[in-house]
Amino acid sequence: MPRRKGAPEVNAGSMADIAFLLLIFFLVTTTIETDAGLDRMLPPMEPPDEDVIIKQKNIFTVNINKNGQLLVEDDLMNLKDLRTAAISFLENGADGSCSYCKGKKDPASSDNPTKAIISLKNDRETKYSIYITVQNELVGAYNELRNREAQRLYNRDFTEMESEYLNPETPSNVRDELKDKVKNIQDMFPQKLSEAETSTN
Amino acid sequence: MSTASLPDIVFMLLFFFMTVTTMKDSSLLVENTLPNATEIKKLEKKDRVIYIYIGKPTQEYAKVFGTEPKIQLNDKFANVDEVGSYILAERAKKPPELQNVLTTALKVDKNANMGLIADIKQELRKVNALKVNYTTYDGDAFNNLK
Repeated sequence: MPRRKGAPEVNAGSMADIAFLLLIFFLVTTTIETDAGLDRMLPPMEPPDEDVIIKQKNIFTVNINKNGQLLVEDDLMNLKDLRTAAISFLENGADGSCSYCKGKKDPASSDNPTKAIISLKNDRETKYSIYITVQNELVGAYNELRNREAQRLYNRDFTEMESEYLNPETPSNVRDELKDKVKNIQDMFPQKLSEAETSTN
Repeated sequence: MSTASLPDIVFMLLFFFMTVTTMKDSSLLVENTLPNATEIKKLEKKDRVIYIYIGKPTQEYAKVFGTEPKIQLNDKFANVDEVGSYILAERAKKPPELQNVLTTALKVDKNANMGLIADIKQELRKVNALKVNYTTYDGDAFNNLK
């Protein structure tokens, strides 16, 4: 009878192959992605208690028709010019109370950035892609102004500060410090982008 | 050369990928080519997001459901009036501390019409789900016009 040498050996040579197979399966199925997009707040359902009277010159109307053409303040406009037009409207500063604005102070345009409202209307047949492009340009106008002020005050971009502030991995002491700065810049150019209900014709 | 440690290394990699993998929980029934945008923010924390897909039914469903853009909630097509109850049901599934900070991610095909989106926005306002995210790809927004 042969002498036993402890426990019998298990052939583990194929272990690596099996593990490789599983590894490749998970490699292929993995998608490490986070979605990104344009954040927006919808207006609440119940209307505000009192009617606020807004001067016509403080409203920047943007209308998109079903063919994707833009009507900005009753004039046809090319989509490429929308961002510049929105910026010059926002920082117009007609009443002179806005010290950081570099606008033309045109009396027929907005009083100051806190009063300026952008109103976006679209047709039911407007294509979603056009709508997103317009939204992108309008948010871009706000971001451009905010970045400019953030560069002046804190030497960095607002968008970068905001994403660091919103990132859950940022340490809380850094976040507390950023909170005031982000809030400050947001108050300088508050995002007032109103979307009325879609027109039916 | 000894390859005895190879299985260990491979297993380590395997465990890494097993833990980071998230299986896609619903298969798409609609076409979903998102538009491009540049001024985007990341959707952090997937547990705080409710997804709504909108687009034309894919080819295999086009015969039954037509080619007009439809709404997909979880694994099935839905009508506009079902959006509200879907949001409420999804909200009820989340832990109470998250129920007030939920975002609705609208994954809309770029060829959809705004009429449907406007109806959905109206439904979302009715159930007080006001935070929305128009999910897009990162890219030049003017590519959308082509």
